[in-house]
Amino acid sequence: MKRRGYDGVAVCAPISVPYRRYSVDSAHWWVGRALYAMTQRTGLKPTDLDGLSVSSFTLAPDTAVGLTQHLGLSPRWLDHVPMGGASGGIALRRAARAVQCGDADFVACVAADTNHVDSFRKTLSSFSRFAQDAVYPYGSGGPNASFALITRHYMNRTGATREDFGRICVAQRANAQRYDGALMQKPLTLDDYMCARAISDPIHLFDCVMPCAGAEAFLVCREDDARSLGLPFARVLSTIERHNAYQDDPIQFRGGWAVDRDDLWSVAGIGPDAVDFLQTYDDYPVIVMMQIEDLGFCAKGEAPAFVRAHTLTTDGDFPHNTSGGQLSAGQAGAGGGYLGMVEAVRQLTDQAGDTTVPDARIGLVSGFGMINYDRGLASSAVLLARA
Amino acid sequence: MNARPAATSALAVFAAALAGGTIRVIDLTHTLTPEFPTIVMPPELGQCAPFRMEEVSRYDERGPAWYWNNFSMGEHTGTHFDAPIHWVTGKELADNAVDTIPPVHFLAPACVIDCSAESTANADFVLTIPFVEAWEAKHGRIPPRAWVLLRTDWHKRPPREYVNLLDDGPHSPGPAPAVVRWLVEHRDVHGFGTETIGTDAGQAAHFTPPYPAHHYMHGRGRYGLQCLANLDQLPPTGALLLTAPLKIRQGSGSPLRVLALVETPP
Amino acid sequence: MTEPLIRPRRKDPLRKTREPLLPQGIRSRTAFGLTAAAAEGRFALQVCTDCGCILYPPRDACSRCLSGRVPFRDVPSGGVVLAETTIRTSTDVYFRERTPWRIGTVALDCGPSFVAHLHGDVAEGARVRMTLRLDKSGNAVAIAMPDTPTEHQEDDVQLRELTCDPKFRRVLITDGRNATGQAMVRAIATAGASIVFVGLADPWKPFPGEAALREIPGVEVVSLDITDSQSVADTAGEIAHRVDILVNTTEHPRIGGIMGRHGLTVAREEMDIRYFGLLRLAQHFGPTMRARGADGVNAAAAFVNLLSVHALMNWPLYGAFSAAEAACLSATQALRAELRSGGVKVLNMFAGPLDTEWFQSVPPPKLSPAALATATVDALRKGIEDAYVGDVAQDIRARLDVQPKALERELGA
Repeated sequence: MKRRGYDGVAVCAPISVPYRRYSVDSAHWWVGRALYAMTQRTGLKPTDLDGLSVSSFTLAPDTAVGLTQHLGLSPRWLDHVPMGGASGGIALRRAARAVQCGDADFVACVAADTNHVDSFRKTLSSFSRFAQDAVYPYGSGGPNASFALITRHYMNRTGATREDFGRICVAQRANAQRYDGALMQKPLTLDDYMCARAISDPIHLFDCVMPCAGAEAFLVCREDDARSLGLPFARVLSTIERHNAYQDDPIQFRGGWAVDRDDLWSVAGIGPDAVDFLQTYDDYPVIVMMQIEDLGFCAKGEAPAFVRAHTLTTDGDFPHNTSGGQLSAGQAGAGGGYLGMVEAVRQLTDQAGDTTVPDARIGLVSGFGMINYDRGLASSAVLLARA
Repeated sequence: MNARPAATSALAVFAAALAGGTIRVIDLTHTLTPEFPTIVMPPELGQCAPFRMEEVSRYDERGPAWYWNNFSMGEHTGTHFDAPIHWVTGKELADNAVDTIPPVHFLAPACVIDCSAESTANADFVLTIPFVEAWEAKHGRIPPRAWVLLRTDWHKRPPREYVNLLDDGPHSPGPAPAVVRWLVEHRDVHGFGTETIGTDAGQAAHFTPPYPAHHYMHGRGRYGLQCLANLDQLPPTGALLLTAPLKIRQGSGSPLRVLALVETPP
Repeated sequence: MTEPLIRPRRKDPLRKTREPLLPQGIRSRTAFGLTAAAAEGRFALQVCTDCGCILYPPRDACSRCLSGRVPFRDVPSGGVVLAETTIRTSTDVYFRERTPWRIGTVALDCGPSFVAHLHGDVAEGARVRMTLRLDKSGNAVAIAMPDTPTEHQEDDVQLRELTCDPKFRRVLITDGRNATGQAMVRAIATAGASIVFVGLADPWKPFPGEAALREIPGVEVVSLDITDSQSVADTAGEIAHRVDILVNTTEHPRIGGIMGRHGLTVAREEMDIRYFGLLRLAQHFGPTMRARGADGVNAAAAFVNLLSVHALMNWPLYGAFSAAEAACLSATQALRAELRSGGVKVLNMFAGPLDTEWFQSVPPPKLSPAALATATVDALRKGIEDAYVGDVAQDIRARLDVQPKALERELGA
């Protein structure tokens, strides 16, 4: 069956609640701050939000349902998207269909996590059943160790070097210096990157994100409603989602994007050349390279050459992770899965301030999440366009 | 009933002698410890339980203000008393168990026959009638109903030499069959006591009958005392033994405290 | 090549003893299938009964055909290391003080990929042999071993966290009087133990082999009667802080059933020597061993019980004996839980009748004390928890798996 487009759907009200390294507040508090900012921005009352999509790792023992009572909301459409780094795109594509079909009018999509002093360890040790059974007992290196194995294998297969990964990190730090919300703004040189201490070889300090507390949110509604509220919006050209792709690959070398990318481009009716900026999920630079390849910007295994041949800063020829990505902005738990989406909406609605990519008309936001055992399982991608 | 004047009461005289030190009490008992050897039997046969002690509490959460123990052992562990019922030859006798023996039998004089030199020279030393007759020539005839105690100084030996197990079993001194029978039939002794682990010699299994001290003494309603200590502190004659076993129903014997009363010449 | 272990220096008695920490021990119920295999030194994964697919990590349905029939089966253990990493920082307190720590992704020949600990002699791209071992938390982990053994491979620091190798450890053999105890002393001394304490009860009672026993290098005879609480307490007071491995060789096999036993004297001895003996050892040596579970190269590692395989199913010919052994088995399970917080393992060596005077009338096959001792050293080196030594023990184990009721009837026939 031919897929329907997302005609009439508007993505607006990009909200970023400033991150903090550690927070004594709860995830509920962070969700509350984001939704409060959304009501301030849009003029909607809390009860006008008849749709809610929540992504968070630290709400326990509550769920999205409990959150409605906690926050006094009464949505007629409620979603919980526990998909980590793929949450932003997946929350959007579900919300888009809800407003397109009239099941809801205003869906607030929010991702928020707190970060207490010991939150990260606790999250790791109980992240998934497979993590508990088959990952954490093996050195408890967390995602650093898991991605070290994936990175090492990728380097063996493609000849990628640490310098290649360093280019991505250094460019993102440059972008972060233009983004007030980034936790890490200190300039980073390739030399700094190369000389950083090893965390889990070949992963070194600047390959790793810094866990933090924070919240990101956006509003999905119909274009006419956005107009009547006076909200600048972006349109949705195409979306994809995939889970547990290529399960027979002995180690992760590609993600679900490669399965669905033809679909992504054909629904949008454009190709990679049409994209003005790319927001990837960058928990580790190796995953950025896989996204560049698997989304079709270059052939498989050629991302190292690609990043050598392009400038990835906001003002470069391939603007990438224009707010610094998680590597510089920080990883606010599930908020990391929204970071690129919120930044893309800002870019396409002229709200990006110092990080603005000139004349950007089309952006691609890619997500990746949930390293359940040895690899990330969830992938998503969304093509957004200026209205 | 009128009490006799204190000064003339035999017990009062006795008590005064005790208090005055002219009668001394000598302890012939080994301390009960887990390490003290028990008789060794072939391992497929039933064994005598060694002394064991388990603390019940010691001013702690098991009993805050008091210290006490439970202990366990066999009837023939440590310094102990053998009742006639212990041996098959005495099983049909009247009053043959520790609970039915007339209490008066727990007080009796003792004759101490010193074989320490002979035993030191020969671990398999066997007491004979001539040896006892020679002793009587020196110390007088053994009176009826007296204990005969075999002094060997065995109690001074360290455990390994005390049990003295060689590759053909234990080697320790004891009486010949004839002398035991003679002591019972011709001297009407009260019982036979030794420092060793049994009243019989270590190799007495090879005697005829085997274990003659047990065979004849218990067969005639006489008693045994084993694992005695300090016999070297007793005079050849004149000591009075206090040998009350625990009152165990149908008990074949019992660990006990053996006390000797010895009069010091004025 | 693995750097050979060097004999640890004598410990500065004023130094703080490192507290034992454990890697995380939480597992799904299904994952205990791996622990069951590791406990016996086997490499087993789930195999789909319907499509034959081999599965890892443990799961509750076949990830190829969705069948629910996915039992654990022994599978080929060969594989190739696709990628390795050296973890240098860890959020976990146990690993944090053991970094750097190497792990790798191993593509198993039989199918799944396995993120595993890497032996130091294993490099990226190498062929490996995967083994399941019990970590300090008592749960299964895999370590990729060199495909062909390398020199001193048992000394690898990551491997040694998973094993109880007697090398440079101080071992207490509780009873040196019997044939098993003497064979154990020889095997443990040969395996490189730095001291072999040998317990002797009733030192006044000579026994065959005594002189030879005392002459074995490294042997220190200690007075120990495990039927005497005070003796156990006294000896533990002297040496418990230096006992890294305890092997209880005190035995008391006696023929005879329950009904015809004529009183309780022998049964009481059996329980006193075996069951209460185990409790006394546990009470007086256990706490110190548990506290020393991370005390360097010669940290306390194992409490070893030699059990009759008839602890698992009564052999009426030796009925009371079997029952006492069953009591011991049950106690070892409690002890295992209690020692786990120190990372100290409880090894149960299940044996059939031994070739000793106490099984004189039992027809062969019988297990020689030397074979039991050798198997014990092997089990310690592998860090396994349950070993079935010899033909009879393995036969009983297999028959228990198939049909326990049949075994009960047949043993009583």
